Amino acid sequence: MKDGQRFIDGLQRALRAEFEHDPLVMILGEDVAVGGPFGVTSGLVDEFGEGRVMNTPISEESIMGVAIGAAAAGRRPIIEIMFIDFLTLAMNQLVNHAAKLRYMSGGQLSIPMVIRVQQGAEGGWGSQHSQSLESWFLHVPGLKVYTASNSIDAESMMRAAIQDDDPVMFLEHRGLYFSNDNLILNKIEDPEKARIVRDGCDLTVVSYSRMTRECLNAAAQLAEEGIEAEIIDLRSLQPLDLDTIIESIKKTFRVMIVHEAVMVGGVGAEIAAQIQNLAFDWLDAPVTRVGAPFAPVPASPILEKAYIPNSALILEAARSLVGD
Amino acid sequence: MYLIRYFEERVIELCHTKELEGLVHVGIGQEGVATGIALSLKDCDYLYGTHRSHGHFLAGGTDPKLLMAELAGKDTGLCRGRGGSMHIVDIPNRLMTATGIVGGTISLALGTAIAKRDEGAVVAVYFGDGASNTGSFHECLNMASLWKLPVIMVCENNGYAEFTPMSAHTVVENISDHGKPYGIPATIINGNDVLAVLNAANDAVKRAREGDGPTLIECLTYRLRGHYVGDPEGYRGAQEVSEWREKDPIRVFSKFATSKKFIREEVMLEIRSSAQRAVDEATEFMRASPWPDGTRVADFVYGPSS
Repeated sequence: MKDGQRFIDGLQRALRAEFEHDPLVMILGEDVAVGGPFGVTSGLVDEFGEGRVMNTPISEESIMGVAIGAAAAGRRPIIEIMFIDFLTLAMNQLVNHAAKLRYMSGGQLSIPMVIRVQQGAEGGWGSQHSQSLESWFLHVPGLKVYTASNSIDAESMMRAAIQDDDPVMFLEHRGLYFSNDNLILNKIEDPEKARIVRDGCDLTVVSYSRMTRECLNAAAQLAEEGIEAEIIDLRSLQPLDLDTIIESIKKTFRVMIVHEAVMVGGVGAEIAAQIQNLAFDWLDAPVTRVGAPFAPVPASPILEKAYIPNSALILEAARSLVGD
Repeated sequence: MYLIRYFEERVIELCHTKELEGLVHVGIGQEGVATGIALSLKDCDYLYGTHRSHGHFLAGGTDPKLLMAELAGKDTGLCRGRGGSMHIVDIPNRLMTATGIVGGTISLALGTAIAKRDEGAVVAVYFGDGASNTGSFHECLNMASLWKLPVIMVCENNGYAEFTPMSAHTVVENISDHGKPYGIPATIINGNDVLAVLNAANDAVKRAREGDGPTLIECLTYRLRGHYVGDPEGYRGAQEVSEWREKDPIRVFSKFATSKKFIREEVMLEIRSSAQRAVDEATEFMRASPWPDGTRVADFVYGPSS
């Protein structure tokens, strides 16, 4: 594996660049001064000091509040929540203050902060260290939600998130941290624009984060069967780049949405509703969704494997969609 | 104190005539705390409020006209009508935000202290006796002490968490007892004595500015009106309220000031009539102000660059 092309390398380059670029940038969270469990913040404290790289107690609600209070006073804090499962403890501050202070103050306040959150199922860590909860945050006006599937986007989108004047949730899939891209990708300047990672004319597959990789695997198999899938990596979930999705549907007439999160009430539900509103007449088949079953993430490796949507499941759904 | 009192009495009247709507909490009887704390702070300092913060803001310099317009939901209000009584913000006066979440601003104050301590700023934050039972209060005592932050933690102990008396919700005798385990100097004072509040606040501000960290000040006070405008107040007796009426901070201070002759009667009268005028002007301003444009309801969700 070539060094520098891993997802984590992109994140680290972004953090270092923004710390150098803007002295108002700081990071706080549990264990960030010692690198955190995955080493994303390794070395930052040596370079930038404890004043900007702050280890905190295990007090999720209040450290979220601390970040908001620092942002309200002009800093650009990044808060690391070690697992999205722990973000539940900080929902009060995130939803009631970070998301709403600009609005409730009539534009007097802005909260330029990034909420870095690691999430996803990998390695059998069980129900409280593996969830994918992104759909909750799409429902909260005032928040932005970014994901990345590769190191190029991890770097450029993290830099954009830090420079953004509004709170941005940056969701990092733990299964991606140490993976090599194996993709040749251009840099897309606008973090809120979706990326077409594979061109195709037979169906549109909308995905994000690690599932983009599974979709690409499935697409390779589909191509052997004579089916060309166009794969869209959403990158930003809030706001959604619906234009790119609709444009693709007008070419393929069929669409499926794939995510690792539980299918019920997921991001796919919102996208499906938007599609039928914007492109009903262009559809040759109902919108298809692929997601996890309606169950917590299991611990057993066999059960976890059965739980996470994989390329076989995507293939099956794609064949059925095209055969419709 | 007169300005706050007259303002909030007017707010109650306007709620009754439906010129003001929404959930409104007044702090009549608690003006001594708001005034004493505000007098201890400088222009470079910051303040965070609670859901009962009209007084905190007026004492901190908020224009009564803009506040009244905000309470009415007018476009000229502090927050263009997006905030309302519980969510007022006045950035030109460094009054960072009130909040509808009990105990919600304590951690925000810590963050602002981190951001601004190098500039010599102190951050004051209010919370009530009820908020002392939130987890975040204890998390914040720990962090404020750990990082020696220039924060003044002001507990307005008015004896009730909404409708429940302190004896039924808190096991410690005094809220200030929570300071010691966290290594935070804590003091308990008569919050209805504005000069006692000012003295305690001055000490706390001095410590904070000299880099000696946070102070917890418990101010014993009482809200003479209900938890919210319209509260039937079935949870407390008339006797208790009338006893506290005798300890009204405005009455206590006025008596003291005029008897000691450091404020002359006619000056006191002038203070009262100018406060009344300011409230009248605020009411007229609110009435004459336009409503916000309904088509702009989603303005201010994101910044202009989004």
